[in-house]
Amino acid sequence: MSRTAEEIGRTELGPRPLPPLGEYRAATDLSYVDTVLDNGLRVVAVRQSTVPMVEVRLRVPFAGAEPRHAATAEVLSATLLTGTATRDRVGVDTELALVGGELGASVDPEVLSVGGNALADGLDTLLGVLADALTGAVHRDDEVAGERARLIERISIAGSQPSVIARKALQKHRYGDHPFTREMPEAEDVAQVGAEDVRALHRAAVLPRGSVLVLVGDVEPGTAVAAARAAFAGWTAEASAAVLPPLPELTPGDLLLVDRPGAVQSQFRLSAQSIVRTDPRYPALQLANLAFGGMFSSRLVENIREDKGYTYHARSYSEFTPDGATLLIDTDTASDVTGGALREIRAELARMVATPPDAAELETVREYAIGTLLIATSSQGGLASQIAALAMLGLGVEYLLGQPGRLKAVTVAEVAAAAAEFFAPGRFTGVIVGDAAKLGSLRELGGVTFP
Amino acid sequence: MTVPELHRYTLANGLRVVLAPDTTSPVVGVSVHYDVGFRSEPEGRTGFAHLFEHLMFQGSESLEKLAHFRHVQSSGGTFNGSTHPDYTDYFEVLPSAALERALFLEADRMRAPKITAENLKNQIDVVKEEIRLNVLNRPYGGFPWIMLPPVLYKTFPNAHNGYGGFEDLEQASVADCAAFFDTYYAPANAVLTVAGDFTAETARELVEKHFGDVPARPRPQRPSFAEPAPDGEVRADIADRLAPVPAVAVGYRIPDPVADLDGYLTFLVLAGVLADGDGSRLQQRMVHGEQLVTDVSAGCGMFGPFEARDPDTFIVTAMHSPDVPVDTVLGALDEELAKLAATAPTEEELAKVVARWAATLHKEHDRLVSRTLALGSFELLFGDPALVHALPGRISAVTPAAVSAAAATLRPDSRAVLTISPAGSAE
Repeated sequence: MSRTAEEIGRTELGPRPLPPLGEYRAATDLSYVDTVLDNGLRVVAVRQSTVPMVEVRLRVPFAGAEPRHAATAEVLSATLLTGTATRDRVGVDTELALVGGELGASVDPEVLSVGGNALADGLDTLLGVLADALTGAVHRDDEVAGERARLIERISIAGSQPSVIARKALQKHRYGDHPFTREMPEAEDVAQVGAEDVRALHRAAVLPRGSVLVLVGDVEPGTAVAAARAAFAGWTAEASAAVLPPLPELTPGDLLLVDRPGAVQSQFRLSAQSIVRTDPRYPALQLANLAFGGMFSSRLVENIREDKGYTYHARSYSEFTPDGATLLIDTDTASDVTGGALREIRAELARMVATPPDAAELETVREYAIGTLLIATSSQGGLASQIAALAMLGLGVEYLLGQPGRLKAVTVAEVAAAAAEFFAPGRFTGVIVGDAAKLGSLRELGGVTFP
Repeated sequence: MTVPELHRYTLANGLRVVLAPDTTSPVVGVSVHYDVGFRSEPEGRTGFAHLFEHLMFQGSESLEKLAHFRHVQSSGGTFNGSTHPDYTDYFEVLPSAALERALFLEADRMRAPKITAENLKNQIDVVKEEIRLNVLNRPYGGFPWIMLPPVLYKTFPNAHNGYGGFEDLEQASVADCAAFFDTYYAPANAVLTVAGDFTAETARELVEKHFGDVPARPRPQRPSFAEPAPDGEVRADIADRLAPVPAVAVGYRIPDPVADLDGYLTFLVLAGVLADGDGSRLQQRMVHGEQLVTDVSAGCGMFGPFEARDPDTFIVTAMHSPDVPVDTVLGALDEELAKLAATAPTEEELAKVVARWAATLHKEHDRLVSRTLALGSFELLFGDPALVHALPGRISAVTPAAVSAAAATLRPDSRAVLTISPAGSAE
């Protein structure tokens, strides 16, 4: 039985019609509490009972202007959960493990984040361990020394990843040496961090006022807030956690070619100034972005992946800080098609202005935006992360619940206006990281600065 | 938590169906698992199973190229596919209003995919970019899943690179695709899973309506991929010009997960005792105590547990400073295994692993996409989707003595050791 590909692709009945969509069922209303404790910590607790677990997300604004802040902050986050007066590193892990729990800390130029989860009946243990670390982490000399050494090795490993190299180049190109660019500290700076530096930063900067705690899971919101109030009663300070100062507006300009000799692929990282979520134009921009490169069935992906085969991965997305936002376009292409990819990216940007999404394209991206929001918020982990990200922008559950309504209200004219304003090719700047010796064709295209 | 509702049945054409209704959120997951992975691809065609997965998205009788993506996304859904050693899966997650659409899309490509020379060429290019992105242009690319199998295994199915060599990918023809589809993509060789917001009765009708007339074809005889464990320690080194520090992966053979699930689970618990969390044996000693390594991990399966039939692999990986010889790392591992073999782990050590596994499985089921895929892969590999919910109980039944006995089988004289050596770099 050996059929040809043509025979396989045909049946007697012929092509069949796509079934219509059935009836939509709205998500059940979320039951939640959003409150501020006496110590200034905002707590958002949401009931979501998919599985008998509870998710926790803590966000502490953690900006610092000191040149060595990033290095000290990284060591602080690495040793935050390694022991207090009453628990050592193994004690912390054992207590969490026995309630199926885990906690992890990380830091970036804006926030110190602690995230984790546990079986729902282990909520008190989870919060107890977390509160003890926030108020009583001792950052022992030997733990600081050990984590410092591991961090230096990890920085060297991360620094060899093309995506990390490209992000670093983009940040420098966009913002020079603004504290926002210090996403990964220099190994030399980490080597200088002492245990006393870490403890001093902890006392000065790990503060409840202005911070947010999100709890999502199989727990009553009122009960979860009460548990948080009891656990965090001892975490107090008058000062507020440090928020990143506003970023300068992006200046459009040529793409900077960053040479990476021997590279077999080039990383494109383009960026343009954008608008915050609360701007009335934002829902239209969100939909315009989906049409451009924010989903698989977008203009960019259908062109450079599905039509040209230049790339496996291409996307565009928004990045938010408390005071602003930018648009980013990322893709990675083989060296010999880098010129072709740049030509197509520019053409697709120009097309957003000349031929903005029409009514059919708008309906596609609108359904996608509403549907994927429903999917993302149908899990405890997804909902917790979404709420934590919104909370850092001063928003809450009501914003999330209002999102489908705002998306439904967007008109074709509004999307066209957003496309013309924000996707104009002249608004962008960025970097291409690749083997300059193989990328001579970019010279003919222009708009690229060679090293 | 209440025990979830599960329905299993088989259509006349042999398609196995799993239905798992759950109305918590108005979303549904649909997946199809085909019983063919990269272990089944022919010699000279490495990477073919994965390339073919890409082609299944390129259109079918009722769907033009790009239509699959557009229909899923314009219904508010997401999609993907992935190729594993022993199966290939395809899935959509969508608002429940789009359930029938998802079934239609999967049925259409199971019935009559459109395989053209143009799409084949385009997807060979896309797959080559995927390999450049994930393997060739990054440090530790393919570590350990591409690099360890040829050290631990001798036969082509188990040892070869599942992503494929460029020269093999470029040889792939439309005729190869047709033969592969006819052989392996028969309904009798597949499992359809539907999970989420629907009633079993409605789903049964819709499944029959769309999949009922997919013509039956014989289910291919699956060969045994069994081969003996290595007779000694086999070592290999790969020079990586992008890697800043050395890495090591140690591979051992473990019991057949299907024939001896409880034996297999014992190794899963052993992996937790060894390397899950700061309190685990290897983390305490190698990362924090003697500081021999930056990271260490242990686990079953190249991509995690329950992803493959026999033979499956127990893997320990570590990244270490160039100042620490690899034999020092291996010596510490062997000592810790010997200690466990001599003295069983404590009840508390096991209680930690058991609770963390229960939580891990809950978290997996929290996401509809992973819940759907787990039900499908357990039906396919184990013939029992309900095992997904029974696993925490089975894991908690593993005894300290069994873990100790498992540790004793991980011997230096029957294992593979793969090392990655930094080979200078242009950075």
